[in-house]
Amino acid sequence: MPKISLNMITQRSIEEGAAMEKGKTNPDYFDACSICEMHPDDMKKAGIWKNTNVLVTSECGSVIVKAITATQYVPPGLAHIRQGVWANQVVPPRTQSTGTPQYSGFPVTIEPAPDEKLKTALQLVQGSVGLWKGGQ
Amino acid sequence: MAEIIVKGGFIIDPTRKIDGDVGDVAIKDGKIVDKVSSSAKVIDAKGKVVMAGGVDVHSHVAGPKVNVGRLFRPEDKLLSGFCRSGMAQKNGYRMESGFSVPSTFKTGYDYARMGYGFVMEAAMPPIHSPHVHEEIHDTPIIDEAALPVFGNNWFVMDYLKKGEVENTGAYIAWLLKATKGFGIKVVNPGGTAAWGWGLNCLTLDDPVPYFEVTPREIITGLMQANEYLGLPHSMHVHQNDLGNPGNYQLTLDSLKLTETVKPKNKFGREQVMHSTHLQFHSYGGTGWGDFESKAKEVMDYVNKNKAITVDTGNVTLDETTTMTADGPFEHHLNGLNHLKWCNVDVEMETAAGVVPYVYDPNIKVCDIQWAIGLELALYAKDMNRIFITTDHPNAGPFTRYPRVIKWLMSRKAREDLLSSFKHKDKVIAATTLHQLERELTLFEIAQMTRSGPAKCLGMSNIYGGLAPGMSADVAVIDLNYKNMPGDPEQIEKAFQRAACFIKSGEVVVKDGEVVSNGHKKTVWVNVKMPENPQVTRDITQSFTKDYTVDIINYQVRDYLAPHPYVIDVDVEA
Amino acid sequence: MPKLIKGVGCPYCGSSCDDIEVLVSDDETRILEVHNACIIGTNLFHHANDPTRPRLPRQRQPDGSVKEIPYEEAIDYFAKTLLAAKKPLIYGFGSTNCEGMSAVGRIAEKAGAVLDNCATICHGPSFLAMFDNGYPSCTLGEAKNRADVVVFWGCNPMHAHPRHTSRYSIFPRGYFTQKGQMQRTVLCVDPRETDTAKLADHHLMLDQSHDYELFDAFRTVLRGFDIPEVVAGIPREKIKEAAEIMKKAKFCMIFFGMGCTHTDGRNHNIDAAISLTRDLNEHTKCSIMAMRGHYNIAGPGQVWSWQFGFPYCIDLTKGSHAHMNPGETSSIDLAMRDEVDCFVNVGTDAGAHFPIQAVQHLKKHPWITVDPNFCMASEIADLHIPVRIAGVDEPGVVYRMDNVPIQFRAVIKGLPGVPSDEELFDMVYERMCELTNTAPIWLAAKEDRKYPQNPAVI
Repeated sequence: MPKISLNMITQRSIEEGAAMEKGKTNPDYFDACSICEMHPDDMKKAGIWKNTNVLVTSECGSVIVKAITATQYVPPGLAHIRQGVWANQVVPPRTQSTGTPQYSGFPVTIEPAPDEKLKTALQLVQGSVGLWKGGQ
Repeated sequence: MAEIIVKGGFIIDPTRKIDGDVGDVAIKDGKIVDKVSSSAKVIDAKGKVVMAGGVDVHSHVAGPKVNVGRLFRPEDKLLSGFCRSGMAQKNGYRMESGFSVPSTFKTGYDYARMGYGFVMEAAMPPIHSPHVHEEIHDTPIIDEAALPVFGNNWFVMDYLKKGEVENTGAYIAWLLKATKGFGIKVVNPGGTAAWGWGLNCLTLDDPVPYFEVTPREIITGLMQANEYLGLPHSMHVHQNDLGNPGNYQLTLDSLKLTETVKPKNKFGREQVMHSTHLQFHSYGGTGWGDFESKAKEVMDYVNKNKAITVDTGNVTLDETTTMTADGPFEHHLNGLNHLKWCNVDVEMETAAGVVPYVYDPNIKVCDIQWAIGLELALYAKDMNRIFITTDHPNAGPFTRYPRVIKWLMSRKAREDLLSSFKHKDKVIAATTLHQLERELTLFEIAQMTRSGPAKCLGMSNIYGGLAPGMSADVAVIDLNYKNMPGDPEQIEKAFQRAACFIKSGEVVVKDGEVVSNGHKKTVWVNVKMPENPQVTRDITQSFTKDYTVDIINYQVRDYLAPHPYVIDVDVEA
Repeated sequence: MPKLIKGVGCPYCGSSCDDIEVLVSDDETRILEVHNACIIGTNLFHHANDPTRPRLPRQRQPDGSVKEIPYEEAIDYFAKTLLAAKKPLIYGFGSTNCEGMSAVGRIAEKAGAVLDNCATICHGPSFLAMFDNGYPSCTLGEAKNRADVVVFWGCNPMHAHPRHTSRYSIFPRGYFTQKGQMQRTVLCVDPRETDTAKLADHHLMLDQSHDYELFDAFRTVLRGFDIPEVVAGIPREKIKEAAEIMKKAKFCMIFFGMGCTHTDGRNHNIDAAISLTRDLNEHTKCSIMAMRGHYNIAGPGQVWSWQFGFPYCIDLTKGSHAHMNPGETSSIDLAMRDEVDCFVNVGTDAGAHFPIQAVQHLKKHPWITVDPNFCMASEIADLHIPVRIAGVDEPGVVYRMDNVPIQFRAVIKGLPGVPSDEELFDMVYERMCELTNTAPIWLAAKEDRKYPQNPAVI
């Protein structure tokens, strides 16, 4: 399976903000935040088709998100998952002794995972602390 | 409320010309009364001095720039001094922090421990007035008021450029009400407005860019507007060219602007200008090399002119935090010491800068500044017109007032310090302090810290004295009037921690420890006058076009000042 | 008759727009229309109508389900949990009013807690830089009325602060900027071509995480020295051109955001930005401002600075004095080192916005969430206590990103029985006092509400 190493950033977007204010269990929030924006060249290198799911793995975890071409242009080598539940599955909590985690600029590998299913926000967060009662 | 009688102390009350007579002070329902019943709680003041609560005419204790000072100086907390004791913790007194910029809790407690009952926040940017009132709300015990800044306000400059004193007055009346403010503060008139473009006004006739009005016109116009309204306090000015060698000439020129204005008010106030932290404005020389004191020249004029009151702004030779609405000055100061620099330019109204500063006793200029502050008081003839301040925290923290008092009362104390300076000879050459033998009396200290400032603020019926009917703010100081200590350190110690302090008829400090969070009040001035349609229109238009907040969210709501004491001023049409 | 309320403050982003108009139902219980707000603010106001909004505290049961309980019980649990904990962490406050922040200070002191706010994961590095280098800044009206050069560095207001550019920074016509956008040159420094970058006259698309180098290059150029051909992916000529634009400005305004604070360098990036601002003040007038994320996230920095002397990461466990050391007393670091044994999440969503590993660590101990709505932090909490929504059904003071206080109002009536943050914290404080057999001590101002019979004396 081909995979690609990219530099990940996780930042705000208006879609995320607008959806969050409807509630984090709202489908809008799922749509806005469970995506990874990449450059088409990088997608090609890793054998990723746009709008298919990928597995993003960092030094501290992994998450399934949907790869899309960037809504705001990202150059090759850079990837962006909007701030939120999905991004934070892979954000390293290291703070360089400042208190602030490495939300942006951390290495990830991204590989195609077209058959994996996206998890909901609740499933991810409750699942991570042993409270998820729903199905997989 | 319970009755209290403070028994057998040496009473010092300049308002009634009482100087050390042994007697009692009776208190009932928060006020001083002629007598109380035999069930009154007795405070034994035998062998101790009894004075009214202290009144601070000028101190930066609440608001945006004060909080910048707290926020950006974590290192200031290292010098906090005593922390919350186990007992204070158990009794629920709030945690205290900060040295030069204490937390609100520490501010209230420290003033109370020194026997102070009223403090004037010296500069309130109008748009930040809700912030000032939030902090005042969280400052226990002491009564407070705040002076909004007007000297660089676009409305004021616009009206005064056209010579419209009445419109200026109407705008001031509106703003005092909107901000729950007390009076007219002016900081570097015109200069701070020029700082919006990175410039300054360094003489009385430097026009403000775009507004084409001069500091001279702003000062004069605001004094006239103040008397037109008949406010309790006079125009309160921090003059141009603060802190620069040779500025005393400009200081004298500004002071002389009072000669054309007559006081008009029903509060017993006699001055038309309060010139604040005069120490910073009494400098001779052409640079830091020949920097010298001009305290005598400045005080010679002040002594002659009853229309002026001043406060000292004593340098205390501490590491402190300077903060002022004089934005260009702070930038200039930052160019001298290269420490960290905060600046806040405030739309339409003012600016502020904050820079840490170390008044190092090994530096000649700092020592000369220290001497000038003391000389001002020692040259003064009418002690009811000159008040002790440190322009807290600019020249030093307010917690050093007892030390300033020590220096003023003891030639030995100041000579000891003077002779310890590395550049002693140069300091002596540049000042006259060494020749001054005068030692102030307790009566004069009471004038400078009690009766004088209360009168200057137009509140001599409430604060600063012990006459029946006045607010029962009573400080018992552990000094024997008949047998003053030979060691001047004892004077400082006694004023640092009052033996007892009663605020609004309630014992709040006992043996130097806070024993109650008290009942504080916020004092503000409500000017009642007929509506001025032009000014109303100008204000509305400006909020639509230039401000970034809505006018209804700008005016301080009543709940932010839950214990108001409102002084009404009626202006005839 | 529905009522149109004008001049309403929007409790979403740090722009704290207070020109919103809200149409509310006759009985003041429903929001019908929202005017002037961005899509996010509009959604926020409408979401307050949600009939499923929680009205009672919800406690997690041993089987993992949740059960509604009365407020008294929740307050008792809250007080006991805080008192039992050796080092509770009280975190959040991005989205509540200053009255709540002030009230929580009292219980944090009583509990010997660590008090921290969302800045710890956002502009905390900016605070660190301010501690070292100061902060030459201004209010947003100065940008509006004067700025002719505006720099957006590592921030994307078109997404994170949607009305910032129209109210303050690019488009508005101010006193000395009557031509609005025509009179302003806009620079954007960002590794992506964001929607803000598209608006800019010059986009410097730097290599991600190379902000420090680029700030340094600007400073070097301004001091008249030469720089390498390419710095941080930007050609020398482009840097020189941008530096010249800033230097020639009448009033240069620099806004910076998470792009600088979330990446390598953290506070050092901001330190360099502040130094650049100081340098520019030798040539012209220049101000810098952090694009604070939430409408009142500047609030806890203000309130706690005047109460404790520090804006965030405040360790009160010593009892005698407050202590701050980001990296040690910061929420994420405390969590990762398992140093806290109780977590209270107030007016934010640590469940969604902390790195998941930090959430897992915190979840080992009791977790209490205080929030008007359901969120990730409420759905993993042992106790979720709903409160009123500041700026919607609860008034209060908020501090905009430029630290200007704005007095927000309530536009609808609060849900019956649901307290404000302030009321809740005061009730918890009173309960803590009962449990420890001490008398609650309020400052005088508080007494007015608590003991209305007490006369104000003068």
